[in-house]
Amino acid sequence: MQFLISLHINPAVLDALTDEEKAAIGDGHGRFIQALKQSGELVTTQALVDPSQAAVVTVRNGQPAVTDGPFLEAKEYLGGFYLVDCEDKDRAIELAAQIPDAAIQGLGVEVRQVMFADGPLEA
Amino acid sequence: MTGPALEDLMRELTPQVLGTLVRRHGRFEDCEDAVQEAVLAAAVQWPAGGVPENPRGWLTTVASRRLIDQVRGDHARRARESATAVAEVAPENVPDADDTLVLLFLCCHPALTAASQTALTLRAAGGLTTAEIARAFLVPEATMAARISRAKQRIKAAGGSFSLPGSAELQERLGVVLHVLYLIFNEGYTASAGRDLHRPDLAHEAIRLARMVHAQLPGDGEVTGLLALMLLTHARREARTTAAGDLVPLDEQDRMKWDRTMTDEGMELARTSLAALALGPYQLQAAIAATHADAARAEETNWPQVHALYLILERIAPNPMVTLNRAIALAETEGPQAGLALLSALDDDQRMAGHHRLLSVRAGLLEKAGDTAGAYDHYRRAAKATASLAEQRYLESRASRVRPPAAATDELRSR
Repeated sequence: MQFLISLHINPAVLDALTDEEKAAIGDGHGRFIQALKQSGELVTTQALVDPSQAAVVTVRNGQPAVTDGPFLEAKEYLGGFYLVDCEDKDRAIELAAQIPDAAIQGLGVEVRQVMFADGPLEA
Repeated sequence: MTGPALEDLMRELTPQVLGTLVRRHGRFEDCEDAVQEAVLAAAVQWPAGGVPENPRGWLTTVASRRLIDQVRGDHARRARESATAVAEVAPENVPDADDTLVLLFLCCHPALTAASQTALTLRAAGGLTTAEIARAFLVPEATMAARISRAKQRIKAAGGSFSLPGSAELQERLGVVLHVLYLIFNEGYTASAGRDLHRPDLAHEAIRLARMVHAQLPGDGEVTGLLALMLLTHARREARTTAAGDLVPLDEQDRMKWDRTMTDEGMELARTSLAALALGPYQLQAAIAATHADAARAEETNWPQVHALYLILERIAPNPMVTLNRAIALAETEGPQAGLALLSALDDDQRMAGHHRLLSVRAGLLEKAGDTAGAYDHYRRAAKATASLAEQRYLESRASRVRPPAAATDELRSR
């Protein structure tokens, strides 16, 4: 079963962290990726640039227009994700709990099962 | 011998050769690498030079040499040993006993997760390459390679040995093997079609492995039952989806499209399996599938018999999914209200709360009972809850079929 573990970040919360805390998050993700690779559960993981760099694309009457993003006016934005292939939803939740973001107030970690996939798998 | 025939021969011989090597030397992981190299050498040499008189002996000898080289770390000798030199190897005497079954028991070691058991079984006993298994499960090859390698380490750490389990443990361990084959079959059965044309046919592979186990244990009722269940289910393959990939439920399938040869073999095996002293879940599920196969048209289904079989299944292997299926049979014999009453017993089951199967079965029974509003609501909720795209399309089409007039007019008005 494949699950997307999405990481919802809050730039204000991240900015308020100390350098040590930021480094600890980075290390935590590094260890998490390593463990997932060894267990054969990691499909892929990607992190996105800051939401301020987003472009919102609309097409009206056939005319495309681009404005500076992000689309949602929210405190939290999609920061990245892990795509895992594991035994069941319980295991996916167990994995999500190992992500450092899950222990920080204001950051969100969400688990959802994949319903359809296509395209090459080798990133 | 050409491509497909050669491939079949290789797939049949791989687990036997691997079994022989592991029996002699232990070292599962090293043996597997050695056998893969021998198979590779054969794939290069046999099409051109012809298949040796004793192909199994040839593979065993070449693999044994590779293994010894590996263990010694004698890379220099390996480099000197050209492909032609390998071709001149004389076959060793290999035992006639088939080690494939022992190999299966090792791959389905209880220390492993089901996902690892499945992967290792397909690799070691099924002879699929890691890349093929990765494609079958839609994960990157590196992910699958790590999973298989971890599985072998786990077996080693758990002290798994290359021998049949003792008689006390045998039935339990055989149960794990059968469950793994069942999971492989289901993965192939539920895979959405056309997504990847090169995706190996896991259902076919599971049947092949089940045949192998059945050949070794012809008297075991559950083994026979599982093979029968797979054949009876696989026989419906052409009928269970439309050309567009939409699901067709059992009662609407064109039964002329069922594979007659496969059905006949499955029915015969199902009959044989019921003669066993103790009845198990696979035998009963095969008997249920055989009852369906016995009806030329859906209306001719012997529902009292299906219900009786589910009742026995529920007693020997209690499971909410079985109760769910029994509710469908009960609705056919005693009416939808009886089925719905049985379903209400499942509402408190933690495993079933919000489960799409419970929602969709209830939707179907509400539809039969004439409660279109309730059916519509449950079809919609089931469609939201399923993780299968094909099933979601099917449930949404059911929902629009029973859409109550009010909902339809609302929609018209909003246009």
